[in-house]
Amino acid sequence: METLTASSHPGPQAQTAPAQATDHDDASLNRLDPAYKTSLRIGATLTAIPFIIGAVIGEQILHGAGEGAFPLPFGVLIGLVVFLALVFIIRLPGRRWQARGYNMSADRLRVVRGILWRSDTVVPFGRVQHIDVDQGPIERALDIATLTLHTAGNHNASVHLPGLKHETARQMREDIRQRIKRDSL
Amino acid sequence: MSANVSVPSTARGKPGEGGDPSGSTSQAAPSEAVLSQTKPQPRRTAPLSVIVGVLSSVQNAIIPAIAAGASGFASSFGGSAIAGGLFILMMVAGTGSVFAYIRWKRLTYTIGEQDIRVESGVLSRSARSVPFERIQDVSLEQRLLPRLLGLVAVKFETGAGGADDLALAYLAEAEGERLRELVRERRDAVPGSQVGSQANGQGSLSSEASAPAQRAQPAETLFTMGPRRLFTFGLFEFSLAVFAVLGGLVQYLDWFFDIEIWDFDFWRDLAEEQGGWLFELGAYGQTLSAIAGLITVFVIGSATGLARTFSREWGFALERTARGFRRRRGLFTRTDVVMPVHRVQGLILATGFVRYRFGWHGLRFVSLAQDAGSASHVVAPFAQLEELDPIVRAAGFALPDADAEWHRATLAYRNVSLVIDAVIFAVIALIAGIATYINAPGVTPWVVGGILAFAGINAIANVLSWRFKRHALENDQIVAVSGILAPVTRIATRVKLHSVEIAQGPFARKFGYATLHLGMAGGEYAIRGLDVERAHAVRKAVLETIAATDFSQLENAYESQPSA
Repeated sequence: METLTASSHPGPQAQTAPAQATDHDDASLNRLDPAYKTSLRIGATLTAIPFIIGAVIGEQILHGAGEGAFPLPFGVLIGLVVFLALVFIIRLPGRRWQARGYNMSADRLRVVRGILWRSDTVVPFGRVQHIDVDQGPIERALDIATLTLHTAGNHNASVHLPGLKHETARQMREDIRQRIKRDSL
Repeated sequence: MSANVSVPSTARGKPGEGGDPSGSTSQAAPSEAVLSQTKPQPRRTAPLSVIVGVLSSVQNAIIPAIAAGASGFASSFGGSAIAGGLFILMMVAGTGSVFAYIRWKRLTYTIGEQDIRVESGVLSRSARSVPFERIQDVSLEQRLLPRLLGLVAVKFETGAGGADDLALAYLAEAEGERLRELVRERRDAVPGSQVGSQANGQGSLSSEASAPAQRAQPAETLFTMGPRRLFTFGLFEFSLAVFAVLGGLVQYLDWFFDIEIWDFDFWRDLAEEQGGWLFELGAYGQTLSAIAGLITVFVIGSATGLARTFSREWGFALERTARGFRRRRGLFTRTDVVMPVHRVQGLILATGFVRYRFGWHGLRFVSLAQDAGSASHVVAPFAQLEELDPIVRAAGFALPDADAEWHRATLAYRNVSLVIDAVIFAVIALIAGIATYINAPGVTPWVVGGILAFAGINAIANVLSWRFKRHALENDQIVAVSGILAPVTRIATRVKLHSVEIAQGPFARKFGYATLHLGMAGGEYAIRGLDVERAHAVRKAVLETIAATDFSQLENAYESQPSA
């Protein structure tokens, strides 16, 4: 199994795998491709644009009503929206990337995610119903993909693992598929 | 599937009419009879189902027709409105019969070697094929009208869920029964599915038993409810739903009569009119009439409960057959549902806070199949624990032992919940306090005091429920119990879980607890407030069990599972 380990992507954030302190399982976690951060940033930018436009228009309307119609000085609303947008574009993708991790062993896939609300999911390959590898337009441009495992359970009916190199995702899909086949024969 | 359709002339009691070769076949050997047919013939559902279709369309039209007539009766131009109502009724019945007939005419079904095919549709035709090995259950349902005509709706459950499942409405009773037997035999005859469906029994008898031999084995009755039991059950099902229905009816009539139920003046006038004599009674009389009112409510509530229970549960019988659990019940709508043992994913043992004092419990099976819209099957709605025990064991589970190793949620989890609730109540009390202080300062102490009292009760309930909330990890199953006044026990088979997730919010991470989500087919299963170490230990143990058996081997998992 090829992995995107911390060592292969040295950087200031890549020193320790996430949640090492509370990690009770044997194997350590693999990081996602750094391009995942870029994809989150592009997505956040695209989402932010309508909000910024809305803030500009809203401020024009509020101040257009006349001098002193709106108590705050011009630019406060826009500034707030731009600040939030910058947090979502610059700060959060890095932290989300850092919080995510996965580990694939012989018979199961473990997916860890979440900054505040952390979740640590394990799907045994023996319970996988089908496997998807999806790429959106941004992901295609960055050559990354989302691997999705579907199970028959109501909770975690589909477990998503985004931010894998496309090649890695396909390889993992093949690995999992072969293991399912071998198990059931 | 379209709702009303129907059956071949193979119906019992009229072998003479209709040319279907299997029509006069005896019930004893249905499979041979069909197998000997060289080419499967398309058949129609029972002709009588046209009548059911007509009557149900009349039934749908009757209330609007009455309403139209009644509104005319109340207003000045009475005669013509009544005629209008009758006209509507005739029109609906007429078009209903034509459509019901065309639908019946255009729907055929074919029982093939591998699958069952249904072709339907008036203008746009659709043909659906369901392979036998994909049919999980065949259930029979008889509503009142079809029942009077000796018809039955046959539903083939594939696990695709409710509306997508194949249904044939209506077939003659005997034909429905025959079809059910046939589907089961065919399903087992399909190569590849043999291992799974035969080996899911109670272990000992499954390996050597072939399909006919299993069928010959008599069904073992697990649980029945007679009229006496139903009476007791009905008393506990006390319901004031009838008042809601009356309210709805009044609102409905409001459309046609001049009663404004939302008009305050109307009620005030009525109260003054009626209240006059009440005031004259004096305090003693008022108390008496209040008691009389309470008794009336109690009697009506109990009667409603009894009526609903009797109509739903009449003739309740649960059997353990070679094919799985078979449940029959219903006074007006009679249902006959079979669920294979291997499809039981988990158990829910629930009770009510009054009936719990008398030792009554209800048992449900969690599965992927739909039972009248609900995801779980009621297998014993009202029973004592010792009656439930054999059912639980027949399903391959066990009620938790007295010496089970119980674990509780952490104290930190309880304390954090207490603090969060307290903060929420404080905020509500603050807002309510400010709002009332501005508008009506007099009531402020009462409102705030009331909210704080409620907060106190909630806190006590939280502490108590923490004491009663526990879980145990056993060899084959996980048991979780919660609730103080009416405890609910959930049991899941370890091997039939699909994923395990440990989730933690910010407080949970700070104070070292977690929620364990188990992926269960057909239901949710979450254990909250576990110690992190314990959560990881449980996950590890459960994953070991899951990974040992592949999904495709789940049907006969009981064999391969090393038992305690």
